[in-house]
Amino acid sequence: MLSVQNLEVVYQDVILVLRGVSFDIPKGQIVSLLGSNGSGKTTALRAITGLLDTQNGDITKGKIFIEDEEITNAQPSKIVQLGIAQVLEGRRIFSELTVRENLRLGGFTANDSIDENIERVFTLFPILKDRDKNTAGYLSGGEQQMLAIGRALMSNPKYLLLDEPSLGLAPKLVQQISELILEINSQGVTVLLVEQNANMALKISSHGYIMETGNIVMDNPSSKLLQDQDVQEFYLGLNAEGTERKSFKDVKHYKRKKRWLS
Amino acid sequence: MNIFLQATFEGLSLGAVYSLVAIGFVLIFRATDVLSFAQPAMVVVGAGIISYFSTQIGIPFLFAFFLGIILTGVLGLILERTFLRPMVGEPVFSVAVLTIGIDILLRVVLDNWIGINPKYMGDPFPSYGNFGSVNIAGLTVKYLEVTALITALMLIFVLSVFFKKSKYGVAMRATSLDQEAALAQGINVGRVFGLVWFIAGLLAAFAGFFITGGFNTLTNTSFISALRALPAVVIGGLDSITGAVVGSLIIGLTQAYVGYYQFDIESAYNIKLGNGFSIVAPYVIMFVILIVKPDGLFGTEEVERV
Repeated sequence: MLSVQNLEVVYQDVILVLRGVSFDIPKGQIVSLLGSNGSGKTTALRAITGLLDTQNGDITKGKIFIEDEEITNAQPSKIVQLGIAQVLEGRRIFSELTVRENLRLGGFTANDSIDENIERVFTLFPILKDRDKNTAGYLSGGEQQMLAIGRALMSNPKYLLLDEPSLGLAPKLVQQISELILEINSQGVTVLLVEQNANMALKISSHGYIMETGNIVMDNPSSKLLQDQDVQEFYLGLNAEGTERKSFKDVKHYKRKKRWLS
Repeated sequence: MNIFLQATFEGLSLGAVYSLVAIGFVLIFRATDVLSFAQPAMVVVGAGIISYFSTQIGIPFLFAFFLGIILTGVLGLILERTFLRPMVGEPVFSVAVLTIGIDILLRVVLDNWIGINPKYMGDPFPSYGNFGSVNIAGLTVKYLEVTALITALMLIFVLSVFFKKSKYGVAMRATSLDQEAALAQGINVGRVFGLVWFIAGLLAAFAGFFITGGFNTLTNTSFISALRALPAVVIGGLDSITGAVVGSLIIGLTQAYVGYYQFDIESAYNIKLGNGFSIVAPYVIMFVILIVKPDGLFGTEEVERV
């Protein structure tokens, strides 16, 4: 179990981004973390994988555990070795390197099993096999996303943290990516899915957390969240009765400052 | 024609040596976004260490040579670890000024050691055959220049294989493209930076020997020759290794051609360019190229919102 307990993160010594966030990711499941822009989802992932340093952020309170080992403020390379891999938001592949070089870098900490892992990634994403020697920057958006996920799988992760894998993809590709996430999960990799596309995320996950301005405001099994009126209105674009779509004009009038469960 | 060939050969050899320094500049710039002004100082320090071991301690030249090169690399490693690692994330300008500080520090220590008498490298070239040179079809070819050309070509080849094939070579390229993504793959970025400075140090020491070896000597002004790698990287584009090599060759050739033909040009057009114009000429070339291509010949154009 990957467990985040009462996490508080401050950027630049003054900007309080996470105000005591706690969530658990039980082994073998898909858990989704939803929230609007700026609610702190990506920051939570950065805190887990130790990437706050480059953004001038600090964990000021709280702890992070993988199984029983504390990894708060650990080095990113150590966290990857312990079995947590993150797919960064916006894919962030090494665009001037080839597909194979990208994959090899993903296996930087798992040097012994690079060849078999590359085979595994190629069976999951056959398209990448054809693009083997191509420059990664010239792949299409969907292929780049697959490469980013494949690269993360190269380190033999037990936990895969996906930051908005559906970003900028056509609905058909979003469908394909969500099927792949299920496939990866069935191979025994626990997935934390951070998404704006709540519909897709809640359909494939077993549990969902909803974040707002640095707090977890809701925490329920996904099926229950899908039925929730607030979630339907906010994320799925359905009105209170759940029958008819709201027009964009009305959505704009919606009070964005509304607190959940209040 | 012979003069032309002679100048071309000398220019290529000179350019190859500059390219070693220039590649060091580019490596550090790509990895850390900082132009390290300490690089010319590393060149002369490398030469100083080699000279110290081979002439003052008196160990055989080849041992002194490789010892000097390794030690300069280690010096780069130490400098990165002590001065530059704490500066990660600080503004680029502060870090650049810090490297100027390192440059002054290294040069003051070295100048103190050099004193007023030039230091010799103790290398085998001056005594070799006909004053360290041989005649091939009317060309006077210095052994030092041939060695410099071949060594530089070999080093560039080894480096390119290293960047393509080795684990840390690819990791270095990845780090220079996207630091955060590299961290997320579990690459130890600190270690990569250290390695970059180590390699830059090695290359600087190689160049240091070829700049001050043979009949040339190590003096208080030797670093000015090393500084000529700076217009080379600016011409080539700060972030391109190919650019660094091409830029260095342009600088080397310019210097050689102007050196050989300055008198002819002056008498043909009845102008006076002044003594040692060959040393100024590379900067003129840099000026012209910067007007036409502000990012250098091979540099990526920087897209920045104004």
